[in-house]
Amino acid sequence: MNFPSELKYTKDHEWVRIEGNTAYIGITDFAQHELGDIVYIDINTIGEHVAKEGIFGTVEAVKTVSDLFMPVRGQVLEVNAALDANPELVNSDPFGDGWMVKITVSDTKELEELLSVEKYKALIGA
Amino acid sequence: MKTTALTDTHIKTGAKMVPFAGYNMPVTYAGINAEHDTVRKAVGVFDVSHMGEFILKGEKVLDLIQKVTTNDASKLYDGKVQYSCLPNENGGIVDDLLVYRLNEKTYMLVVNASNIEKDWDWISKYNDFGVEMKNISDRTSLLAVQGPKAAEALQSLTDVDLASMEYYTFKRSIFAGINNVIISATGYTGAGGFEIYFDNDHAETIWNAIFKAGEPFGIKPIGLAARDTLRLEMGFCLYGNDIDDTTSPLEAGLGWVTKFSKDFVNSEALKQQKEAGISKKLVGFEMIERGIPRHNYEIVDAEGNVIGKVTSGTQSPSLQKAVGLGYVSNTFAKEGTEIYIKIRDQKIKAKVVKPPFYK
Repeated sequence: MNFPSELKYTKDHEWVRIEGNTAYIGITDFAQHELGDIVYIDINTIGEHVAKEGIFGTVEAVKTVSDLFMPVRGQVLEVNAALDANPELVNSDPFGDGWMVKITVSDTKELEELLSVEKYKALIGA
Repeated sequence: MKTTALTDTHIKTGAKMVPFAGYNMPVTYAGINAEHDTVRKAVGVFDVSHMGEFILKGEKVLDLIQKVTTNDASKLYDGKVQYSCLPNENGGIVDDLLVYRLNEKTYMLVVNASNIEKDWDWISKYNDFGVEMKNISDRTSLLAVQGPKAAEALQSLTDVDLASMEYYTFKRSIFAGINNVIISATGYTGAGGFEIYFDNDHAETIWNAIFKAGEPFGIKPIGLAARDTLRLEMGFCLYGNDIDDTTSPLEAGLGWVTKFSKDFVNSEALKQQKEAGISKKLVGFEMIERGIPRHNYEIVDAEGNVIGKVTSGTQSPSLQKAVGLGYVSNTFAKEGTEIYIKIRDQKIKAKVVKPPFYK
């Protein structure tokens, strides 16, 4: 299983790629593996300000459904349009083409609370 | 947690295991869509040894079976299988099951894993017929070998001409060198194939023989997740989802296995229900707008009034669209009727269609 070390993580199995005061968010390799074949990414929060740990969308796998949580407070700037036709990108490339949203971070101090790769690996017992 | 004779084999094969009906069972191996596809296009093997088997034997065995089941078991002959229900006294269903006639005085009942004890107690309660009952669930393995290539894949393991077996018939024969194996032309996938019953002692031998014989046909192990999407594409009921202690067989669309030509538990009340007409009905539906229906989601009309409840739902791997089953009040049960599924507080449009979804 893949764990890029340059990313930050959450206990809800999201990853965060920080670029200044914006950030890309997706779900981890572990999460996509647990969900199984993903068939629909439902995100209706574009333009919205969402609280930390607030729900910004939902991921539907064949057998199960799971909410997506904001790692930090922010505004949803962009949704990965490629996922609309190809939700399986989240399975095949969770840290790359399977990214989900781009946000502006409201308070960059909150980024410090995210998990390092070591802490995330410890959390899931990897 | 209980195990099957093949639990260790599944773990070694790399299956993802989950607790199901008290058993540690394989839910996926290669991924649900790939496994589903294997069964629709080639052949796959499910370990469904968690299912329960009872042997009923005695002079009056048919009387007991007629009393506790809804279908007419007098139509069975040696080597014939029948789908049926155990009705309860309150209009609901104790379980759905298969009835095998082994011979005139001996039958095998195959029941759902989660209901083994409940069914045993229920049938025992009506056994005023001196029928000898034996629960062989814990020593019986069951492999479902399903898919269009199932007969070819297994043919080298038996002298029984598999391709010529009729649906819902079975043979007791030598299979993979093992005596007294039941080869049943049944299944829960709509893909064709066989269900193979045998003693736990031979589980490893038979599992390995099946994979060796099936290799040229692309045989693969399949988990319970794909079993669910396959059955749902056919509109087959799952006990605990689509039918339970509170649902009427008539409302569930199981009128075809509810025969009023004989007397059975609660038959009078069900007959009255049939004559009076049912008020709700289990229907199939497919999503028109994007969304995936799930068990217990509300079904609403255009104004948002609740008209029913989803009992099963999934994205269909074969059809690449979302489908489901659910109970709706009669006025919405007609094919083509627009209904809405409440998904995360939004009304998502769907329409009633007649299962099977996959044809």
